[in-house]
Amino acid sequence: MEKQRFKTTITSKHKLFDLHLRETFKYRDLIWLFVKRDFTALYKQTILGPLWAIIQPLLTTFVFSFIFGSLAGLTTADVLGDFNIPSFLFYMSGTMLFTYFSTNVNKVSKIFIENRRTMGKVYYPRLVQPIATSLSNLIPLIINLFLFIIVWLIFLLTGSTDMQATWWLLFIPLIVLQLIVLSLGLGMIISAVTTKYRDLQMLVGFGLQLWQYASPIAYGMTMITKPHPELELLYTCINPLTPIVTTFRYAMFGIGYFNYIPYLVGWGITLLVAFIGLMLYSKTEKNFMDTI
Amino acid sequence: MVSDELMLKVENVSKVYKLGEIGGTTLRDELQRVWAKIRKKEDPTKKIGAKNYNKGEKFKALNNISFEVKKGERIGIIGHNGAGKSTLLKLISRVTGPTDGKIYLNGRVASMLEVGTGFHEELTGRENVYLNGAILGMTKKEVDAKMEDIIEFSEVRQFIDTPVKRYSSGMYVKLAFSVAAHLDSEIMIMDEVLAVGDMAFQNKCLTKMRDVSEQDDRTILYVSHNMNTIRQLCDRVIVLNHGDIVFDGDVEEGIKNYLGVYSEDKLPVEYDMSQKKRIYEFGKHAKLLSLKILNKENATFEGNEPLNMKITAISYKKMSRGCFIFSVLDSNGARVGATSTSYFTVSENETVERTFSLDLTNLAYGRYFIYVAFADIGDDESVIEYDDPAVKVFIEIVDKRKTGFKWDKKYYGNVYFPQAKEIL
Repeated sequence: MEKQRFKTTITSKHKLFDLHLRETFKYRDLIWLFVKRDFTALYKQTILGPLWAIIQPLLTTFVFSFIFGSLAGLTTADVLGDFNIPSFLFYMSGTMLFTYFSTNVNKVSKIFIENRRTMGKVYYPRLVQPIATSLSNLIPLIINLFLFIIVWLIFLLTGSTDMQATWWLLFIPLIVLQLIVLSLGLGMIISAVTTKYRDLQMLVGFGLQLWQYASPIAYGMTMITKPHPELELLYTCINPLTPIVTTFRYAMFGIGYFNYIPYLVGWGITLLVAFIGLMLYSKTEKNFMDTI
Repeated sequence: MVSDELMLKVENVSKVYKLGEIGGTTLRDELQRVWAKIRKKEDPTKKIGAKNYNKGEKFKALNNISFEVKKGERIGIIGHNGAGKSTLLKLISRVTGPTDGKIYLNGRVASMLEVGTGFHEELTGRENVYLNGAILGMTKKEVDAKMEDIIEFSEVRQFIDTPVKRYSSGMYVKLAFSVAAHLDSEIMIMDEVLAVGDMAFQNKCLTKMRDVSEQDDRTILYVSHNMNTIRQLCDRVIVLNHGDIVFDGDVEEGIKNYLGVYSEDKLPVEYDMSQKKRIYEFGKHAKLLSLKILNKENATFEGNEPLNMKITAISYKKMSRGCFIFSVLDSNGARVGATSTSYFTVSENETVERTFSLDLTNLAYGRYFIYVAFADIGDDESVIEYDDPAVKVFIEIVDKRKTGFKWDKKYYGNVYFPQAKEIL
């Protein structure tokens, strides 16, 4: 019989980078259905439904304004100078971006553990899962953005502040994209490691909390750069979340901190993290059922 | 129609599992283990009573197997627990990867290793059909086109817009199977999923699978312990034993091979159990050596004849309530019942040689086989099995006796209870 060609080959050997991207694209309906499932399941049998997505960051915003703004009196300025930016918008922007970041890292890192029953019984391109998770987590962020923009518009139209709408607004999708890629990559790295050692899972929550205080979320950049101008580049380059948050505020308010060096370095780190994440994830995915 | 086109080719595939500590560990456990090893103490993280594995000991679930499947073939895969059936299906459905070898597939694989994989409790039946279909590889459009058929087949139309958490387990199975059966996949893999549904639905499913296989040339791989469903569906069987393919071919012959039903009339009366390859840790702490049926040349029993046998075994452990446990299975492999011997004490390294008499009065006519296990009964009546070599001891019960009325096995089964006495 003549040699026959087969469509799929399963071997024990792994390519370093075996992502099944074409296959993942074929399963796009599944991504969408996972997102829909997460959304429906999350708010089933609740009275307020998706409103809950707003309540948590809103409360955090108020708590931050009170503790860090009123009590501790931390600055909300990213650059030196006397500008009037509504503190509500300042805290809310950082809070909602960080909420997405930490939720997504957390959820993506638990993918293998939480879906082992399904994944142990049926094959689908495993990349579908983290993509779907990142997208479902986007829903609360989008709801929050709506609220944010409404408040922002009110402030802007009443003209009581120094905020201005600039072309930088068009930059916002790119900032959100970077946020997604960074948290997705980090989550995938952790997910790959935690199939064997669960310890890291414990560190994740704690680490994220520390990370929040290391990023200019509850305070403005000038808290660091005013007393120590020499630390500016170190502080902004080492943590890719810093340029994400400051650039978002800069784009929204038209005033703030933007420097292309930390911004590009941030993207570099983001892509590197995503690359390592994808590599570890695709390596783990093949045999994780044997070790989880 | 079976054509010449190959749909699946398995080439020298092996799967090795590491025994002992795999996964689910914490870094602390791992460090403790290393520390204990340095001090030559016993591993503190090990479960009490867990078996001691040698370092790096490996378990070969599949041992260099190869076979080919043509388009439209319906293959039954049979074998004992631990033979490697589920591992094989997992590899083909890509849930986990092989340690060695290659698997070639030609077409979409729909695997049903479990009923309703990915069903979400909070979603309605209809939403779950979309989700399940997508997990199994269908696009939304394809599901839309089949939705009516799926609902019709599942018999749960009334509840299709109710969350599945309110479903009974039967309805759950019906809906889940229905989705898988309507999939346009070229290769369909099923692992005993049908065992959950009722008889009528089981039959409906088997007929449906047969139909789609015949009409659309679909290839089916089906694992089951139920020989009747294998007969009903498959046109070829593969028998696995300890990770090896021991038979590949005709259904009836394969089933005979698996059940080990001797074609000759004479059944052996002596069994050597010392050389049989064991699964798990069986035979390590205590081992069955041989079984001899006494005063017989052929293991057939008539009237109220008891089964008298001498069992030899060795124990490396002390037992306070040692015993042999007999499990009786019928020729289809269905379990009929079980009993044990009276308890005896065993000292360390003692060779046990004892004679027992087993009462067969309540077994109806036909061929059976018996598995013997060596166990110790704990104070809380728990059974600690030390050896189960899975050697089949065949017996044949010849009728002409006891019931007093004509026994039809199809109606009355394998066990005949003592006659009910009138209370005077």
